[in-house]
Amino acid sequence: MSVIDIDHASRWFGNVVAVNDVSMRIGPGVTGLLGPNGAGKSTLINMMGGFLAPSTGAVSLDGQQIWRRESVYREIGIVPEREAMYDFLTGREFVVANAELHGLGKREAQKALATVEMEYAQDRKIATYSKGMRQRVKMASALVHEPSVLLLDEPFNGMDPRQRMQLMDLLRRMGAEGRTVLFSSHILEEVEQLASHIEVIVAGRHAASGDFRRIRRLMTDRPHRYLVRSSDDRALAAALISDPSTAGIEVDMAEGALRIQAVDFLRFTELLPRVAREHSIRLLTVSPSDESLESVFSYLVAA
Amino acid sequence: MYNPTVARLTYRAVLGRRRAAILFVLPALLLAIAVAVRTFNGVDDQVAADVLGGFALAVMVPLIGVIAGTGAIGPEIDDGSIVYLLAKPVKRPTIIVTKLTVAIAVTMVFSAVPTLIAGFILNGNGQQVAMAYTVAALVASIAYSALFLLLGTVSRHAVVIGLVYALVWETLFGSLVSGARTLSVQQWALSLAERIAGEGLIGSDVGLPTAVALLVGVTAAATWYAGQKLRVLKLAGEE
Repeated sequence: MSVIDIDHASRWFGNVVAVNDVSMRIGPGVTGLLGPNGAGKSTLINMMGGFLAPSTGAVSLDGQQIWRRESVYREIGIVPEREAMYDFLTGREFVVANAELHGLGKREAQKALATVEMEYAQDRKIATYSKGMRQRVKMASALVHEPSVLLLDEPFNGMDPRQRMQLMDLLRRMGAEGRTVLFSSHILEEVEQLASHIEVIVAGRHAASGDFRRIRRLMTDRPHRYLVRSSDDRALAAALISDPSTAGIEVDMAEGALRIQAVDFLRFTELLPRVAREHSIRLLTVSPSDESLESVFSYLVAA
Repeated sequence: MYNPTVARLTYRAVLGRRRAAILFVLPALLLAIAVAVRTFNGVDDQVAADVLGGFALAVMVPLIGVIAGTGAIGPEIDDGSIVYLLAKPVKRPTIIVTKLTVAIAVTMVFSAVPTLIAGFILNGNGQQVAMAYTVAALVASIAYSALFLLLGTVSRHAVVIGLVYALVWETLFGSLVSGARTLSVQQWALSLAERIAGEGLIGSDVGLPTAVALLVGVTAAATWYAGQKLRVLKLAGEE
């Protein structure tokens, strides 16, 4: 049972603050580190993996500092985001080399290759691998010493749906075995499918933490903005504003449209077509105007 | 302080890249020159010393040192694949010493061996000229490897800086400014060669004790510092 503790850790590069006073505790099971691109997920993972020192604060594994301690790698396995590997090696040679660096041998390497189902291509050069195959060989190299902590930076990037399912199964299994598995992703659905526990990072700050259902609710309960065009904008506005699911409606003369702020997402999505039908108003455009991941996340930060 | 797995990966990385072609081209060129000089000029100790000093030690050894020294670590740091070495319970100085060993071995094989052969072709090792330059090449291989390995650890432009040092500083600047010669691996190696070869054939601007002290000091300091840099290496490509 291994626990990673991040205690008021910040990391800046020159004037840029990548991680800002983050505290979290990652324990056994699968944890998803969710956040938009550039939020500081990789920086955080690099600090947990011992590749970066926190500028302030501390990052430790079972009470021991991670930075500058090579011995932590007996406990930690890392799957980096970057593609670069030793492309001139075959998959098998690569995993064997990784095993040897842990003081292990061919047997362990073969087991890891079997775990990620890469035996069929193990004697091909890595240079010839697809992205998903690379990802799996990287995974094998991280698993070869059966670490109690597994850190994966955007592991599902570039994987096809079948490979994604396979990797998810594998990570679930590892979590169930009591290993501490942390993976980062900028895709909510990915995290939702796999992790029971989620940590959300936005703009370097720790925005939310906990059960994915709670975070999902936070995300769907936020005010949604819609741009709506109809055959009679003013009549529609009048009919909608009386319902508590809307918080504000603006008639945008220039656009010839309504800007609607909905506070109860589910109720509003049911209300709008019903009201239109009852008043014989034709809906011409209904488009969410702030569905970008960034706006979803920034709402979380404010929450 | 030596890890055979790191060594194996490093050998394959250094010899497997396209740049490695230079490792074969330069020695071939030296041997071709030696054969040509011997054929058209006959045996001449001074000419032999000039060819080995002017091309083998002044140009070939540092260039091969650049390729082997920076190639032993630079590309791995550039593309980030060094993470697979660093994420292991292997001491960082062990990684550096192993890579240095490989760089030295490659530089020696591709520079000292052809120097010896070229020397025998030129004048059959008369007045110990071939032996003197071979020893110089061996010694220079160590210092260049350590310097360029450090360069590969600290800079993404290691090859360019290495080439500028090898060609501009050692060759051009060194011949114009006498002070620059004191800080020249080539001169340190020459001061050893001077002792081995016959009188007056080889000259160095640096005394032997100074040269040996500088060779040992620079090699040790560069290796130590590279180990330190690797311990705090920030992997490229972060957010």
